[in-house]
Amino acid sequence: MKFAVIVFPGSNCDIDMYHAVKDELGEEAEYVMSDATSLEEYDAVLLPGGFSFGDYLRTGAIARFSPIMNEVVKAAEIGKPILGVCNGFQVLLEAGLLPGAMRRNESLKFICRPVELQVKNNETMFSSAYKKDEVIHIPIAHGEGNYYCDEQTLATLKANNQIVFTYYSTNPNGSIENIAGIVNARGNILGMMPHPERAVDPLLGSADGLKLFKSMVKQWRESYAVNT
Amino acid sequence: MLKVKVYVTLRESVLDPQGTAVKKSLQMMGHHSVEDVRIGKYMELTFADDAANLDTLVKEMCDKLLANPVIEDYRYEIEEVVVQ
Repeated sequence: MKFAVIVFPGSNCDIDMYHAVKDELGEEAEYVMSDATSLEEYDAVLLPGGFSFGDYLRTGAIARFSPIMNEVVKAAEIGKPILGVCNGFQVLLEAGLLPGAMRRNESLKFICRPVELQVKNNETMFSSAYKKDEVIHIPIAHGEGNYYCDEQTLATLKANNQIVFTYYSTNPNGSIENIAGIVNARGNILGMMPHPERAVDPLLGSADGLKLFKSMVKQWRESYAVNT
Repeated sequence: MLKVKVYVTLRESVLDPQGTAVKKSLQMMGHHSVEDVRIGKYMELTFADDAANLDTLVKEMCDKLLANPVIEDYRYEIEEVVVQ
């Protein structure tokens, strides 16, 4: 399985993402610059964390107009898995590929520490290797992870089981309903604030993030086997 | 020359943690009459006098980039600037 790791000016978790896929998962990964105009040769797209274009105006607001984002939309339309982590999640929200928006953390502080997450939906292509309601340890590192959406959108998210991860025991940033990660209605776009790519080896303090990438590979292999 | 002044603010239904912190600070200074503080952004865009469809243009810019309609409201004023 071949993963594209998108690199925006300011991305700084791209190398962690690449390492997670290449060295820990044992799959193929390549960096793709934000001004590239094709993602055809890739099976999945990873939008890494960090920053993008200085995050002027709002986080991800300028990145969403990068040429590569047209290709991300096309890849999403044909059902390829798209994973946006941290700034990647913010870009997906700004692009309208996921509903809602990010606000500054309630505490106004940048928070960088491991948190507990609960897997609310283990029936997505990103979470099938987890057990339902399993509590996992994944680090967060953000100043704007305070997820917001209106009540109607929240009701839709709940009705469609689109909330995949929630903060467990404490809510670090004030996000509504403790939301840490959501998928689109079709289920092939996941946005999450915590960094699974930073939790892929016990040496890093946790290997709980690896199952997320393994879920993606498993789904891809199964659909590939069916199609050939 | 035309100057467009754009004001972007968080929607009233959206909690403004920065505004809340500033309000508390003002109240601690003794300004107890302050009931609420909302922090927003102010932008100035400059156009040539003969810019066509300025209203449509500015609205599009606000809807797509300058503001995020999910959490923010915007308003703008168009001013003629006389160059001396």
